[in-house]
Amino acid sequence: MRIPYRPLAIGLVTLAFSALVLARAQAGDRHFFAPVTDPVVKEECGSCHLAFAPSMLPARSWQRMMGELDKHFGDNASLDPATAEKITSYLVANAGDAGGQRYSSKLLKGVASGATPQRITELPKWVSEHRKVPDWEWRHKEVRTKANCIACHTAAEQGYYEE
Amino acid sequence: MKNMLVVTSGIVAMILSTATIAGPREDLLAQYAAAAKASGFSAARGQALHTQSFSGGKPDTPSCTTCHGKDTRGAGRALTGKTIEPVAVSVAPTRYTDPAKVEKWFKRNCTEVLGRECTPQEKGDWLTFVIGQ
Ligand code: HEC
Ligand code: HEC
Ligand code: HEC
Repeated sequence: MRIPYRPLAIGLVTLAFSALVLARAQAGDRHFFAPVTDPVVKEECGSCHLAFAPSMLPARSWQRMMGELDKHFGDNASLDPATAEKITSYLVANAGDAGGQRYSSKLLKGVASGATPQRITELPKWVSEHRKVPDWEWRHKEVRTKANCIACHTAAEQGYYEE
Repeated sequence: MKNMLVVTSGIVAMILSTATIAGPREDLLAQYAAAAKASGFSAARGQALHTQSFSGGKPDTPSCTTCHGKDTRGAGRALTGKTIEPVAVSVAPTRYTDPAKVEKWFKRNCTEVLGRECTPQEKGDWLTFVIGQ
């Protein structure tokens, strides 16, 4: 009989960490992108990579992406139609251009009004924010890909993107 | 403290043993057995499937271990760098209890690795392997 000590310990560390991040949030922060809170979206869009903040892309980008899940960056991320529809409404309602989003307009600056960018990492503003990140850092084995935000932004899951 | 641990582990053991009597995992295995018309599943075949390198799927994902790691009780890592919870039931007791989730990932991952869906026999073997890990 194995007693799951380790998951417990990890749980406690995570808890302590979230408390820390929360404390910082209360202190006020400019680099905040509200993380996904919907459990279905978290599960379906957060298992292969971080569940990206919906406010990082405009609504029309999410609509296009959700219509092409069978060709999702080389992966087949297809979902049943009911789940897909539910996720689309969540992403669209919380998109960067959905209004009431205080910080995302910053990241969407420079995106043409009809364009439907599919990568956050190709947004002009994202590229310029990261232009000083050296080449070796992108190739570091803990990073692997630009889309692995959490490798550098350790609090990305909580919505914080500082260095 | 020691007593507490004994009591807690006793309770955990009780919960776990009831779960093995007729849980969703056993239902799933029964379904695969019926579909495969199999006389039984083999953890050894499951392990072979898990570690084998295939050439029919995507070049960057030749094997289940590419993402799930060689140690079934250790965390895996998706190509995007995201951590994946271990596949061994002994350390991840809630795994394989949602049949729709299991089916969804078998479909996705077998296509990635083997270039085709897994057969009910293969799914049953693989599940038997990780349940025993
Ligand atoms: C089966 C795995 C898988 C699932 C499930 C999945 N994705 Fe992805 N996603 C990927 C891969 C692979 C990439 C490419 C990552 C890279 O370039 O390193 C990606 C990239 C992305 C990107 C672009 C990241 C960038 O470079 O800016 C977005 C946005 C995205 N996914 C959103 C979603 C959403 C929304 C969902 C849920 C409907 C989802 N993903 C579900 C595998 C997946
Ligand atoms: C290799 C490490 C690395 C990765 C991976 C990475 N970033 Fe960054 N990011 C940085 C650094 C370093 C800065 C600060 C740049 C500066 O200030 O010069 C930054 C800045 C930012 C900022 C601006 C924050 C501010 O100060 O206002 C945002 C937003 C951001 N990143 C989002 C993302 C997202 C989203 C992803 C994943 C899709 C990502 N980053 C992936 C290293 C990284
Ligand atoms: C490209 C990376 C990748 C590869 C290769 C891969 N998997 Fe997975 N697998 C995942 C991810 C991501 C998940 C979902 C996250 C999770 O369940 O922790 C998952 C989940 C699963 C699940 C569902 C687990 C549950 O809790 O219900 C099964 C079953 C599974 N994988 C089987 C396999 C088998 C069998 C292979 C080899 C044929 C394989 N995987 C190869 C990434 C991968």
